[in-house]
Amino acid sequence: MASFQPDSHATPGLGLGAFRLAAGGRVDRAKVMNFRWDGRPLTACAGDTLASALLAHGERLVGRGFKFHRPRGILSAGAEEPNGLVAVGSGDRLDPSARATLVRVHEGLEARPQNCWPSVRFDVGRALDFVAPLWPAGFYNKTFIWPSWHAYEGLIRRTAGLGDALHGADPERYDVANATCELLVVGAGAAGLAAALLASRAGATVVLVEQDAEFGGHLLVESCAIDGLPAAQWLGRALAELAANPRVSLLPATTAFGLYDHGHVGLLERVAERTPTSPVRHRYWRVRARGLVLASGALEQPWVFERNDLPGVMLAGAVRTYAQRYAVAAGRRVVFATNNDSAYLAALDLARAGVAVPGLVDSRAEPPRELADLLQTAGVPVYGGAVIAAATGGSRLAAVEIAPLDGAGARLRLECDAVGMSAGWAPAVHLWSHARGRLAFDPERQCFLPVAGTAPLSVAGALAGAHTLSHCFASAARAVAAEASRAGFAVDVGGALPKVEEPRSSPRVDARRVSPGGRRHRQWLDFQHDVTLADVDLALREGFDAIEHLKRYTTTGMSVDQGKTSNLNALLVVAELTGRAPDAVGTTTFRPPYTPVTLGALAGRQVGEFYAPRRRLPAHAEHERLGAVFEEAGGWMRPAWYPRAGESKEQAIAREVLAVRASAGLFDASPLGKFEIEGPEAARFLDAFYINNVRTLEVGRTRYGLMLNENGVIIDDGTIARLGPQHFVITTTSGGAARIGAWLDDWRQCEWPDQDVVVTPVTTQWATVALAGPKAREILSRLGPDIDLSPAAFPHLHVRVGSLAGVPTRLYRVSFSGELGYEINVPARYGAALWRALEDAGREFGIAPYGTEALLLLRLEKGFLHVGLDTDGTTAPSDVGWGEIALKKQADYVGKRSLTRPENVRADRLQLVGLVGEDELLIPGTHLRLDGTTEGSDGWVTSAAFSPTLGKRVALALLRGGRARTGQTVTLFDLGRTGRAEVAPTPFYDPKGERLHG
Amino acid sequence: MLKITCPWCGPRDEPEFTYGGQSHVARPSFDVDDATWARYLFVRDNPKGIHFERWCHTYGCAQWFNVARDTVSHEVLAVYRMGEPKPELGA
Repeated sequence: MASFQPDSHATPGLGLGAFRLAAGGRVDRAKVMNFRWDGRPLTACAGDTLASALLAHGERLVGRGFKFHRPRGILSAGAEEPNGLVAVGSGDRLDPSARATLVRVHEGLEARPQNCWPSVRFDVGRALDFVAPLWPAGFYNKTFIWPSWHAYEGLIRRTAGLGDALHGADPERYDVANATCELLVVGAGAAGLAAALLASRAGATVVLVEQDAEFGGHLLVESCAIDGLPAAQWLGRALAELAANPRVSLLPATTAFGLYDHGHVGLLERVAERTPTSPVRHRYWRVRARGLVLASGALEQPWVFERNDLPGVMLAGAVRTYAQRYAVAAGRRVVFATNNDSAYLAALDLARAGVAVPGLVDSRAEPPRELADLLQTAGVPVYGGAVIAAATGGSRLAAVEIAPLDGAGARLRLECDAVGMSAGWAPAVHLWSHARGRLAFDPERQCFLPVAGTAPLSVAGALAGAHTLSHCFASAARAVAAEASRAGFAVDVGGALPKVEEPRSSPRVDARRVSPGGRRHRQWLDFQHDVTLADVDLALREGFDAIEHLKRYTTTGMSVDQGKTSNLNALLVVAELTGRAPDAVGTTTFRPPYTPVTLGALAGRQVGEFYAPRRRLPAHAEHERLGAVFEEAGGWMRPAWYPRAGESKEQAIAREVLAVRASAGLFDASPLGKFEIEGPEAARFLDAFYINNVRTLEVGRTRYGLMLNENGVIIDDGTIARLGPQHFVITTTSGGAARIGAWLDDWRQCEWPDQDVVVTPVTTQWATVALAGPKAREILSRLGPDIDLSPAAFPHLHVRVGSLAGVPTRLYRVSFSGELGYEINVPARYGAALWRALEDAGREFGIAPYGTEALLLLRLEKGFLHVGLDTDGTTAPSDVGWGEIALKKQADYVGKRSLTRPENVRADRLQLVGLVGEDELLIPGTHLRLDGTTEGSDGWVTSAAFSPTLGKRVALALLRGGRARTGQTVTLFDLGRTGRAEVAPTPFYDPKGERLHG
Repeated sequence: MLKITCPWCGPRDEPEFTYGGQSHVARPSFDVDDATWARYLFVRDNPKGIHFERWCHTYGCAQWFNVARDTVSHEVLAVYRMGEPKPELGA
């Protein structure tokens, strides 16, 4: 019976592990890999998970509990694992909170436990456990409130949480892919495989998804025969058939994490797990499926008994999986505890593998005869009508105490180093619930099952309540028939289903899942968040009996595993304690994702420079040549300032401003939004968007325009130019170009579809250069324009169409700087040439290129508003000095009616004013307080800078009732500091506006 | 991610579209009283069931159109062009 691999075998000193079975399993004993666990070298076989490799070496301790830091061991063999959360890798490639049950070991893998210090074997935090009664549910809410939560937050944040977050950028590469199919099958166990086979034989396009690296699900541990073949062979044949079909896509190591609208399913394919050389770590699949079969299986649930969290206490199905699939014995003596038939097969497999099984404890008074006979033949005693009352041992399991439920017999102590427990199965209904499918409690199976027809998809296998392979195959046929008619393909499911030779078993699960008696604060419901029966008792005493309240108060099911092994137990315990039916208690809401999804995968390749397209100006190379400092604005890379050698940012900006005031400056304004409005009703159409009168605008003239939304709030400004009776060109703010284009089109299509007008966005068709300063005309004249530039022929706020040095141009006389100014538009391909020509022409005048910083300062000196900076989502025309014009216009326009709403005529509105003062608090964001007010805010500074032209600090601010307060002083305040400033008239510079008419 | 059938381009994924709120909202003339105007500005249907709404196929034909959608199941019950009347959906 000595079936363990001797330690001296394989790699010297380590072997394949003292708990590795000599025969069986699907791992490759010939391919031995080395990895490190908590810094120590260990070995694994190809096919091992980190969990199976650790168990093979008897490494029981894999982590520490979240709250009490109690020692914890592997519980499960799948995605539901609550204890085996480990950190894999190192540096920027660290993967925190990976489930050891899902991590495939590869050569050189590094993994370590989490939530323990200094080590998992000796953890200082364990001291918390000895004061555990002081840490009930809701402890935080009740305790950390004096003097304030913030006094404790720092310490608690350091103590709480699982794993370490990464701080550097993720160096891995990710991919996003889209796919469509006629049938998506989630889960490649017996039911999923059968569904894929049936649909693929009918010629449908099928995608089969399996979260495990290997297809097969339960078939990987099953020893019965299917169609006369051992289960493993039948599986191989089925997979070969599917792989040979070009209409079938097989996705192993892929998790369907969320089910969304209209057949959209999110998949996460862990590419590198299967192909370690792949440059792509994960691939996020967005699948649109016409038909959908969910065969996601069921998750075994733990028993609740005293100290059920000791390392060595595992789920029965997991014990079976480690033995059958990985050839690893969970212990040398394994006791089983169950309330249903499934654990019998696990115990049988262990006994047949030569592992000592001192007993199987069944809470049901009458154990299933056929299965019990099989066990007893294999030498395993069956204790009916009994439960494990308590587990004993220090940091690992030493024995269990068995108690008869009728209280008649004496307690029995069974020495063991592992327990395989089963308190029934919870179908993995998560994706079904994402689709808002209903659930109903099945009293026979003691779990919630999908109610067919309440979501647009079908379920099969254990998720549909099947408890044998035969039932799985039958449910798959039904599901495919239903989905074929939904997806529109023909399928014949009437043929013979695979024939299975398996022991007779019943789906019935005993309602008991909690051992009576025992200390309630030592009986765990949620291993990951350390929630015990005592916590539930307390929550109920305090009135948190609604399941969603109880969940949040006790934090049951709120950790990384989202309660995959705790929700059902907690719910049934609450039902029992409150005397309600499980259906009446209800389940908490399942939301995507089923298991955690790497954020990098969702981003895919849209990271770094690919995050968003970066737009370059037509003259970008010229700005680079001039040493511009670029800043991204509205997607454009724009020169912010042009520092000369030795200049600071402030010095450069001041020099640029003074050059414009004294001589001339050159600014690349190409990102300005530009739209052509043409057609017989162009004037009428545009008139509906501006507070300014567009119909009266003469051909050849431009006008400043403010645009509102229907609430009367300013959303954009720019110029309106009339090139012909039926031809306008408007400009918008650079940042607003796309938004305003969509805005105009929305109204044109939906509100005024009959108007004869065409709107064409031409923003990038034209390069725009602003030439500003007293020498602007002289410089421009040297470019050989065929346009008369004299002030009489071409005054301020006029537009001319002509040519410059033979290049077509639209020339505007407008000014955002307060100086004589032109905006020169040429076809974008001439943008760089125009820039160079102006530079050359202006050189003798000391022309200076200026960036967005100088532009904003020049306009601040003039008090010109910058929409979005000096205005917010409440600012109306009257708040910025345009009230009279807006109200005077007779015709309707968007937002007009709102200007006379009571809210818009209040005297205490925030209004734009100028501020002057020498206080250093006169900076953007500083709040303002009027004399007489002691709390709250009466406004804030929106723009402020030291004006190099005026030699003093100037600012714009939104101030309560500000337009009537010129000459008053206000208090500046910011984070406890205060200062004074005076409300001043604007413009600060050239108040009469003489210079721009020059 | 919804699947929406653009009346001009056919079925496409939701990211190609822009949502435009409730459809068939009549814009009053500017001489209405404050209450009427406020209703137009701020009051919208919020049905549990069929909602008539505007969508624009922004990254396709850039055309606005109407969608009748069930706000519970997200099922798209009808798609029709701008200017066409609400379809009878009998629900």
